[in-house]
Amino acid sequence: MSWLMVNGQSVVLNGEKSVLDVVRKAGIDLPTLCYHPELTIHGACRLCMVEIEGRGIVAACHTPPEAGMVISTNSAVLRRLRKMALELLLSRHDRECTSCSRSGHCSLQDLSYRFGITDLRFKQEHDKQLPIDRSSIILRDPNKCILCGECVRICGEIQGIGVYDFVHRGAKMVVDTAFGQHLAETDCVHCGQCAAICPTGALVIKPQINEAWAALNDPTKTVIIQIAPAVRVSIGEEFNLPPGQSTMGQLISALRSMGASKVFDTSFAADITVLEETKEFFQRVESGENMPQFTSCCPAWVKYAEQSYPEYLSHLSSCRSPQQMLGSLVKKHYAKELGKKPEELFMISIMPCTAKKFEASREEFTTSGVPDVDLVITTQELAHMIKEAGIDFASLPTTPPDQPFGFVTGAGVIFGVTGGVSEAVLRLGYELITEQELEDVVFSEVRGYSGLRSCELTIKDRTLRLAVVNGLANAKTLLEDLKSGKAQYDLVEVMACPGGCIGGAGQPITNVNRQVRHERGAGLYLDDKAGPVQKSQQNPAVLEVYQKWLKEPGSAEAHEALHTTYRERDARCKITQPLPGKV
Amino acid sequence: MNTVTEIVESTAVDPNFIASVLREMGTESAALIPILQAIQERYRYLPEEALVEISRALGLSMATVYGVATFYAQFSLEPKGKYVIKVCDGTACHVRGSLPVYDAIRRKVNLVDGRSTTEDKLYTVETVSCLGACGLAPVVTINDKVYGQMTAEAIRLIIDTLEQEGITDD
Ligand code: SF4
Ligand code: SF4
Ligand code: FES
Repeated sequence: MSWLMVNGQSVVLNGEKSVLDVVRKAGIDLPTLCYHPELTIHGACRLCMVEIEGRGIVAACHTPPEAGMVISTNSAVLRRLRKMALELLLSRHDRECTSCSRSGHCSLQDLSYRFGITDLRFKQEHDKQLPIDRSSIILRDPNKCILCGECVRICGEIQGIGVYDFVHRGAKMVVDTAFGQHLAETDCVHCGQCAAICPTGALVIKPQINEAWAALNDPTKTVIIQIAPAVRVSIGEEFNLPPGQSTMGQLISALRSMGASKVFDTSFAADITVLEETKEFFQRVESGENMPQFTSCCPAWVKYAEQSYPEYLSHLSSCRSPQQMLGSLVKKHYAKELGKKPEELFMISIMPCTAKKFEASREEFTTSGVPDVDLVITTQELAHMIKEAGIDFASLPTTPPDQPFGFVTGAGVIFGVTGGVSEAVLRLGYELITEQELEDVVFSEVRGYSGLRSCELTIKDRTLRLAVVNGLANAKTLLEDLKSGKAQYDLVEVMACPGGCIGGAGQPITNVNRQVRHERGAGLYLDDKAGPVQKSQQNPAVLEVYQKWLKEPGSAEAHEALHTTYRERDARCKITQPLPGKV
Repeated sequence: MNTVTEIVESTAVDPNFIASVLREMGTESAALIPILQAIQERYRYLPEEALVEISRALGLSMATVYGVATFYAQFSLEPKGKYVIKVCDGTACHVRGSLPVYDAIRRKVNLVDGRSTTEDKLYTVETVSCLGACGLAPVVTINDKVYGQMTAEAIRLIIDTLEQEGITDD
């Protein structure tokens, strides 16, 4: 057994990769601003400095631990250097904390407080006001960037895209897009992961809270809300509840008291997605065309396919995402039931996802010229609004969602976690293949969190080859394997965010912590188990909607309301072909 | 007689040229810098279309290629002027008055707002650190011709001559 010393205390080594890991294991929270356990090591911020006897001062994040090391983390010289490193970062940082949307969740702010930075010895560089990029749903303010490179690495390593990199050199170095393009013109898929991981306010999600309040306060608008599955198990974190605790009932109460007239559950539309997508899948299995089928509920993945793998667009399920299915049903059919015009209804979705903001603005998703989903608010934004309204969230009573889009099954709820869509489809697919009732609804083969997993399932006389992917870099690997013939699948589920929607960039900032994501996932599986129905095909409210408006899965009516088309994007990631049916 | 070698005016990027560079250098990411050098040598700058092509061929993101292209001073992303004037601002040249020479050139060719290439793409004016000809300080080069012991007056005359000869050459 090998061990080393940290501040005079012995610590056993157990395969840790860096001195940082060992020191943290010893209970010392070394500060870091450029380290993330799921990314490669950058070693630029120098805040993790420690002193190792015989070696001097090193960055703990990229120093491998060795038996017998004698490490100290808190000597006078370390404290002085660390403080200076922070001061130097702050001298290049636009410190308008009170109007920064990251305030309160900013690592730089936290560390400045923790290290007692009360006055700055280095004058702020005022000549470097760089333009803020407001072209996309992700706002970039380079004046707040501390060059930690986390955005560069998460976009390159996890999403396989690489929208940013370090450009120029020395004092002029900045993190930027190629040719300084506006984000909206790049191959950014709006997953928002870069904003979630950015330790400062240099990358934030464009706030749309005011638009939500404006609608809620407008007496001429009937505000209809939908809440995505993953929101219920994460929003509590903003109110000191543990991750994974389901707070759907409180969420509905809060939204009602804020002025929402109806609150629906997006999981309802997920149940519909299961019926449509499974139908489509078996049709493709029969015809042998466009196999494997890829899921289409993740808008970041859809844009990625449109720009990088257009040859696979015909493989994507034509199903709209649950968000857009519900929006479409509300504007096309439910409005009539209420005796309202589509434009009199204002639909706000509460989403764990930032790409949903982009999705809602796509021209495909409108009814008589008005958007099906008028506004998308992230989990974080809603938490903000609840705080602004002074609502004591944790002690709210629970309220059930409204009908007709309020009854949901466990299959619809697990859409929020990677593997969930596949499992929900399997719960129906099994019964279609065997014509028998499925007893045990758990398909553990597709559960788990690794970025790329696959399995073969034999159901009666049929073998299904499934792959479940999260993180677009893994999707790229899978697509390349398909292209080269190295792998063959029948059904592929793709979610851009780590862990699926529970790890969406609209979630509370703790999002970047793997453990927290797993607890949220466990919360969804618990909700699935606790509900009265676990199979989409047994959702009575869904069956009623088919009876009333859509006839049966795959019907012309269903296609009109629930399906969509995809179009290739050019080198600037713009769609060039017209929308079918429009000129 | 024009003693200054003229830079070939950059036209559209020739896809055959890019293809041949890629064939020669390969598409490993380690080949990026030699590839950029070859392109820079041919066009005297790195045209955007060429970088897009290279990033695709090497499987590197556009931002990464752009990052490398902006890191090294030897690469330029802007088309350079027909005449590239470099004023040495190494220590020796600096103390012997290179900056007044530099300012005189900029005024002479009408360069404003920190731009380094004139609107008509005739001149690019840059400073460089030590050309290694300190005995001739201050030194100016125009394309590949070296002019020693420059003064504001002398360089203005040289540019005048260049302009006349350049015009008759066209
Ligand atoms: S939003 Fe996602 S795709 Fe866009 S730059 Fe950030 S990490 Fe990359
Ligand atoms: S934008 Fe944010 S994440 Fe990216 S380098 Fe700057 S501070 Fe780091
Ligand atoms: S965390 Fe180690 S250098 Fe930044």
